[in-house]
Amino acid sequence: MAASAEEVRKSIKSYMLVFGALAVLTVITVAASWLKVSVALGIFIALVIASVKGSLVASVFMHLTGEKATLYWVLIISAFFFILLILIPVIQNSETAHLIDQVT
Amino acid sequence: MSSELLPHTLEAHPVTGMYNGKFGVWLFLASEVMLFGALFSAYILLRTHGDFPSHKETLLDYRFGALNTFLLITSSVTMVMAWASFKLNDPGKGKMYLWITVILSCAFLFIKIKFEYLHKIHEGITPSYSTFYGIYYCMTGLHGLHILGGVVVMLYFLTVGAGLWNKNPHQFTNRIECTGLYWHFVDLVWIFLFPVFYLL
Repeated sequence: MAASAEEVRKSIKSYMLVFGALAVLTVITVAASWLKVSVALGIFIALVIASVKGSLVASVFMHLTGEKATLYWVLIISAFFFILLILIPVIQNSETAHLIDQVT
Repeated sequence: MSSELLPHTLEAHPVTGMYNGKFGVWLFLASEVMLFGALFSAYILLRTHGDFPSHKETLLDYRFGALNTFLLITSSVTMVMAWASFKLNDPGKGKMYLWITVILSCAFLFIKIKFEYLHKIHEGITPSYSTFYGIYYCMTGLHGLHILGGVVVMLYFLTVGAGLWNKNPHQFTNRIECTGLYWHFVDLVWIFLFPVFYLL
């Protein structure tokens, strides 16, 4: 991460650029919600924009890009279990659908 | 002064590449990912199985959500600017940015409570009203508590904890950086909460 005074001064410009990008992406998120698209596509678009915004915050504001591999491993493990948690209802849904199919 | 401190309070640990406090905050944030991950998982389960309305059918006003999003991303910038100012040995500017962050956070909470929670509660829409509002109050309420926690920490560094700057500016700047990491995470969570509850 930025350590010296010179590096910090250089980072300030990128903070402002990211702020502008986040503001624009927020407007795009709202605008995209009014598009006449299917629910699935609408959810996909909104989550893609949110992921881009989240990546900008994590990489620039939280200085994640300049960290050592140890931290990345901690976050990869965390991300793995996060995805697992998100997949539980998806798996649950497909199992429920399978059971409903068997009954009917 | 640094000889009185625990090892790696100021300098980077050779294994993690960062001082211990910062690594501790990252571990804490990893646990927070799991906490909010479980709630997002519950949201997906309820959304796909429960009687969930679309945002156009709810009383959630996306304009309040969008305004709060703007307040939080602005507060993230002022937070990182506060850290940068302390790093550049300008405590006056650093405190100013920290105060702006506190004000923006309070504005977020004010809008959330006054124009959203109280307005809905007045209309009889409480967490028990429906599964949608149950998970809405739960997730946004927990996020609001995180905002409140961040405000308390920032106010501490602006008041009783401010003296550390005179004793050890490096350590003080590190603490502001740790506060900033937490604050950016809170912003990051809202970035996902906003479309999930207000737009989808």
